[in-house]
Amino acid sequence: MSDERDDGLRNRREALQMAGAAVGLLLLPIGRLGAEERGGRQPYWGYAIDTTKCIGCCACMRACREENDVAEGYFRTWIERYQIKADGSVTVDAATTDDFVFSERDPDSVKAYFVPKICNHCEKSVCNQVCPVGAAYRTSDGVVLVDTKRCIGCGYCVQACPYGSRFIDPRTHMADKCTLCYHRITKGQLPACVQACPKGARIFGDLSDPKSEISTILKQRRYRLLKPEMGTHPKCYYVGLDREVI
Amino acid sequence: MDFVFPNEAHVTWSAMIVLYPFITGLVAGAFIVSSLYHVFGRQELAPVARFSLASAFIFLLFAPLPLLIHLGQPQRALNILVTPNFSSAMAGFGYIYTAYLVVVALEIWFVMRGDFIARARGGGWVAMFCRAVLFFDLHEDDATRRADKKIVRFLAGLGIPMACLLHGYVGFLFGSLKANPWWSTSLMFVIFIFSAIVSGISVLIFHYFLVSRINRWRVDDACVQSLGTYLWGFMIVAVALELLEILSIAYKQTEEWEVLGMLIERKLMISYVVLQFAVFSIVPFLLLAITALFKPSARIANRLILASATMLLVQVLLMRWNVVIGGQLLSKSMRGFTDYFPGIWEKEGLVTAAVIFTLPFALLYVFHRIVPLFPTQEHEAPAAPPEVTPRVA
Repeated sequence: MSDERDDGLRNRREALQMAGAAVGLLLLPIGRLGAEERGGRQPYWGYAIDTTKCIGCCACMRACREENDVAEGYFRTWIERYQIKADGSVTVDAATTDDFVFSERDPDSVKAYFVPKICNHCEKSVCNQVCPVGAAYRTSDGVVLVDTKRCIGCGYCVQACPYGSRFIDPRTHMADKCTLCYHRITKGQLPACVQACPKGARIFGDLSDPKSEISTILKQRRYRLLKPEMGTHPKCYYVGLDREVI
Repeated sequence: MDFVFPNEAHVTWSAMIVLYPFITGLVAGAFIVSSLYHVFGRQELAPVARFSLASAFIFLLFAPLPLLIHLGQPQRALNILVTPNFSSAMAGFGYIYTAYLVVVALEIWFVMRGDFIARARGGGWVAMFCRAVLFFDLHEDDATRRADKKIVRFLAGLGIPMACLLHGYVGFLFGSLKANPWWSTSLMFVIFIFSAIVSGISVLIFHYFLVSRINRWRVDDACVQSLGTYLWGFMIVAVALELLEILSIAYKQTEEWEVLGMLIERKLMISYVVLQFAVFSIVPFLLLAITALFKPSARIANRLILASATMLLVQVLLMRWNVVIGGQLLSKSMRGFTDYFPGIWEKEGLVTAAVIFTLPFALLYVFHRIVPLFPTQEHEAPAAPPEVTPRVA
């Protein structure tokens, strides 16, 4: 009898313990979304662009503008098109502001490809170095941001960035740039441009995680950095990039 | 060719940023002239010694104005002093500027204390103002005058490296930006220092002639010719450095020359090659060479020096334009150029620039009304009435 009661209690206890564990498992990801996968480590965000996959559809540009309310005539991300003729001459253009559409390809070109550009979120970002009030800063997870409560709108960072990624927003009169959609990535979501890319040409991930997609790509593929001679140590890695691209 | 990054279609640093190094240059140059008198004892510069110091002070007061107009958030300007980021070259501006302003203000105070005392003994608002400036201590005797002179000499000596630091620093702001090959040169701050001295001497000569003309004073020939000789010397160094810098880049034929050569050819041919060098450097050089080497009559020499000073003032303004705007016309894609010309009425346009440049002259006039900036002047002899020959019927 008592054995039966003990068995019943044990079963109830076990059932409650299992239920509690299940609730805990369900609740855990809400507070620490993404952190579980990383084993609680802080991520170190990086960005890779596979130029062999980009088709120049500009979905990323549209998504960025919509997500971040980017000022008209300015860009947090853009796509360049390189067209090379048989004589080696290079023509570069970007999608127009209004409709994000490229014009017809030059029929004389023998090679053409697209190169998406964003802020390189450099490890030694020169914009951070030159900002006189420390409004440009790098977060501990490796994202370069602008503190809009401090920016004085001097434009020194715009001049210092070798990649043309920064601009003075004509509405706020302060510096603006790609944030890697920080409001999204801190919730475990992807940046809007990465989410929107239909071909997977934009890859975002944790460089400190050896199993992440970006780490795997950087281990297995050949890639290039933009303007490495500037000593800024950019964290935007370009796969399949040709020599014409600066 | 002709691709610029999409965010570069808008030039960030406007005409205001051209004006800022131009005005600080006038400060540094004018101060150097006053120090030539106070420290190095160039007695022939006595007629413009006080005026040059006052000019340096007034221009210094106005130097941050174009920056404030340019800032997107000017109400946060003092954050540069309060919460500076010391890794930024720009963060030094507040400290260097303030320290220099204090030195120049102190020197003016000690140089002109006697005049302030004389003015304070009168009546009215001006006397009240002078008494406040003197902290209500009107005592003066031989001992205080001797002490003032010693302090002035010390401050004038201290101000020379500070003037060089201030303007060298402005050059460094541009020269340290590695992203821009038109700016990124170690010679930039040296060029800025020498061109600053050229512009400072030029504005003094120009203003001295202007004031003398308005008041019908006779200009001091020895003073003008001495300024002319200094101007010639400093302009030779400044222009030689500017030329050597670009020639060395061109001669090395590196990758950056491919775009810089095109920048000069396509965007800066008129403002840089024709105006800055061919017209506004070579012509004043020749005119000043004539006055220094061939010793023409004082009347002709004065006119040649005035013409040279006026042209060199324009030359330095052109140099600032070609550096500040020229550098931004070149895309960081190294594949194209953008365009810029300031609007007339816009916030950072030509009218604003003209007003900012005129204000220091107006304030100098007010200063002169309170404390005379020139020693007692000899008036020009009235022109002889034209001879009238009786008409013969």
